[in-house]
Amino acid sequence: MLISNIELVPGKRVTKHLGLVQGSTVRAKHVGKDIFASIKNIFGGELSSYTNLLQESREEAIERMMEQAEAIGANGVINVRFATSAIAAGASEILAYGTAVVLEDR
Amino acid sequence: MDALIQILIFVLLLGLGYFFGRRAERKHYDSIRKHEDELRHVVVSSERTPDREALGHDFDLVAGSVVISVDYFKTVAAGLRSLFGGRVRAYESLLDRARREAVLRMQHQAQALGSELIINTKFETSRISGNAGQGIGSIEVLAYGTALIASSK
Repeated sequence: MLISNIELVPGKRVTKHLGLVQGSTVRAKHVGKDIFASIKNIFGGELSSYTNLLQESREEAIERMMEQAEAIGANGVINVRFATSAIAAGASEILAYGTAVVLEDR
Repeated sequence: MDALIQILIFVLLLGLGYFFGRRAERKHYDSIRKHEDELRHVVVSSERTPDREALGHDFDLVAGSVVISVDYFKTVAAGLRSLFGGRVRAYESLLDRARREAVLRMQHQAQALGSELIINTKFETSRISGNAGQGIGSIEVLAYGTALIASSK
């Protein structure tokens, strides 16, 4: 499965457009990490637990998007975009979306 | 007496924020500059489509993300600034650091894949409101793009 955020893929031809596919996830860390983060708000610096959280969420979102693309018979997702939002304190939502296509070697 | 204790706590937090926050920021900028020099050969561009030369290349999605927290001093400084208006330098440097760090992590991932060019770079920024509820608690920045990899064939 090819995942890319460009519209035209070098060396490949889009033979079929299968429409929009998306994957999203909402994740939170346990309260201990949240307390630690609020202490960090005094001192500043990187919140590595939240960075990990974001990374896991992103992978999960891509994974779900790929599952959906696979289910409709695509072999690639192009023009992928991410959107993030904070829906509550300590929880973050990530949405990955793109166009599912069938690609062929040119 | 109560008021005095509250003021003392406020000053203490402010001092801690100023001291540790500045130190963290200086260290972070040092590390950003160092890594930017190291990763300069991985070109990051916001071009939407690849060059003709890139026709035979493989490609992959790369991304880098970071969450950076404000410190107490920045929160207070930004709060004061919003009374008078103008540039909020405290937050400017925070966002600058986060964006550059996110790009660095993306470059790092591209380098691991053997790529020297990232195209169509996009940024996504959002805030995580801390328990404060007002102002920003911390910010998350996600940078992503497509890495072109010289294929073996």
